[in-house]
Amino acid sequence: MTLQFNDETFRDDYSFHNSQRAIDRFPFPFHEDSYMYSVNMEQHRGGPADSVYEKRFDVDEHYVAEMRDRAMVLADDPLRCQCLPHMTLAGWDLLELIMVSKSEDYPDLFELHRDGDTWRWVNKPMGIDDTFTFMDETTLPYGPMEYITRQAQGDFCVLDQRDENLWMDAGMITTQADWSLDFDIGMNFFEWHAPVPLAHEKGIFVRALKFLLNIQQGAPARRLNWTMTVNPLLDTSPENYHKWGIQKTSLTPENIGSKQHLRVELQTFFRLPRSNALVFPIRCYLCSFQDLMTKPKWGRRLHRVIRDLPDELATYKGFIDNRPMMLDYLSQFDDGLPTSLGVFADTDTEPPLQK
Amino acid sequence: MPKFEFPPSIRSRPVYGTLEARPGKHHLMVADADGAEAILDVATPELMAKTHIIYIPKGAVFTDKLRALKPAQFYEGPSYAASLQRIRHVLQNAHMGLQIYLAGTEGLMGQAQNEAMQAGYPHTAIQTEHRGSIARRMQCVHCKGITEDVETDPFVCAHCGLNLFVRDHYSRRLAAYQGVCIDAEDPGNVPEAKGIYE
Ligand code: HEM
Repeated sequence: MTLQFNDETFRDDYSFHNSQRAIDRFPFPFHEDSYMYSVNMEQHRGGPADSVYEKRFDVDEHYVAEMRDRAMVLADDPLRCQCLPHMTLAGWDLLELIMVSKSEDYPDLFELHRDGDTWRWVNKPMGIDDTFTFMDETTLPYGPMEYITRQAQGDFCVLDQRDENLWMDAGMITTQADWSLDFDIGMNFFEWHAPVPLAHEKGIFVRALKFLLNIQQGAPARRLNWTMTVNPLLDTSPENYHKWGIQKTSLTPENIGSKQHLRVELQTFFRLPRSNALVFPIRCYLCSFQDLMTKPKWGRRLHRVIRDLPDELATYKGFIDNRPMMLDYLSQFDDGLPTSLGVFADTDTEPPLQK
Repeated sequence: MPKFEFPPSIRSRPVYGTLEARPGKHHLMVADADGAEAILDVATPELMAKTHIIYIPKGAVFTDKLRALKPAQFYEGPSYAASLQRIRHVLQNAHMGLQIYLAGTEGLMGQAQNEAMQAGYPHTAIQTEHRGSIARRMQCVHCKGITEDVETDPFVCAHCGLNLFVRDHYSRRLAAYQGVCIDAEDPGNVPEAKGIYE
């Protein structure tokens, strides 16, 4: 099938919207009726046809609009993309990984023609056709990491691996859930995770780091994380929090269904071949409550998860004040019936709402 | 002045120790204000004969006592910024095995530690001891401006004027804690400022 790219915005008039296909394939993050932090990692080796897990780097209807939004964020604040000097090689590794994956997985959208070190990259949705010399920075308009991540959905952290730890030494971060690359750059795995509640005490980060240090080339891994965002705003950065924070108070019982979005991050982990760095793409998917509620199983489950979520997590994720209003809304879609295990909506087998 | 016991905190927050004399041919000690007391405590004639002290009094009166230790070299700087070129000079021209001792406020130690790391010293060659003021060096995450010696939470950014709350999240690269707007969701609702650990 050929993708239609939405003409939409993630700011001001918020014309972002999900098609039926986008709702059907939304990566709903809860595999059971409750949620707690865990070392929820699995191999990233494809998934059901047309799901967001199928390709190495999912390209969807929001691609072109998201790249436009990223360019605006970078124009306002170039420090959202930073690369410490020793990370340039990892940037080339990442450029290669994305170009090879996208041209193989979406041959109708992307082409990569390699003749020795002379590479021609064609990105049809964005109207780009560039020829450059691989590993020669002077032949690209930006550094290699910035060049390719201006053309790839989601944020990217590039981690240097040394001293049995990972170091956040480069990144392209414009769609973040309220953390600052400019502040965190140069930190190690435990330092940048310092603000997260409960997980340190549960030993989650020690085990997660051990897993990540052992990720091998060609054997990527993935996990889901989630939070809540009022309005489909991609740039929920701390830098701009004094501007967007107030939007959280604009929820009403009438508009919550369309304004409140579940924000899910599909996080993947790839070992890079030359630099031995690890790249951590954080792909953000947004879905309004009212669209989620069209799947009876997701409606039942989201209510139960949000109702029973520990206060520490609701506070950290920034929705503790709005939780009562969310529950008033969500409870209408919970009839108490059991739900099937797993994240998929199972629309053929789950009963419709009984109230 | 008694040493302040910092309460347990998150993993990005630095922890400080107690200076101890280490073997080595060359020693650099950088201190501000009450940090002088940590130097006085660790000093021996033998150590001082090989030590370069850079001291920023910030109104404290330890200069005569430090001079009386007869360090090999002594410099009193009017501010950290004024002392920076000299600190860099020592770090860049030092011989192998320079031992580095930092004492005083978190802001001073954080910035000097950064210089030392950038000059290639492993963190194992750097000792720190907190003395005196518990004020923090803060970066406003919004305008990126640094406000030195913040003693209260919340505080007003010296640059953009936003009301900021004082986080424990700390960046070694910036040698600063993070300040984030406290009244973004309820403009004007700013709690009364309290001392940071009160
Ligand atoms: C190396 C790749 C990773 C990077 C770059 C990364 C980065 C981050 C960052 C920047 C935050 C926000 C912290 C803040 O509040 O300032 C975060 C949150 C978090 N991370 Fe990671 N992370 C990585 C891997 C992992 C893994 C493997 C786990 C597995 C358990 C994990 C679990 C979490 C959790 C539970 C949170 C809190 C999220 C929430 O409640 O919304 N992270 N991560």
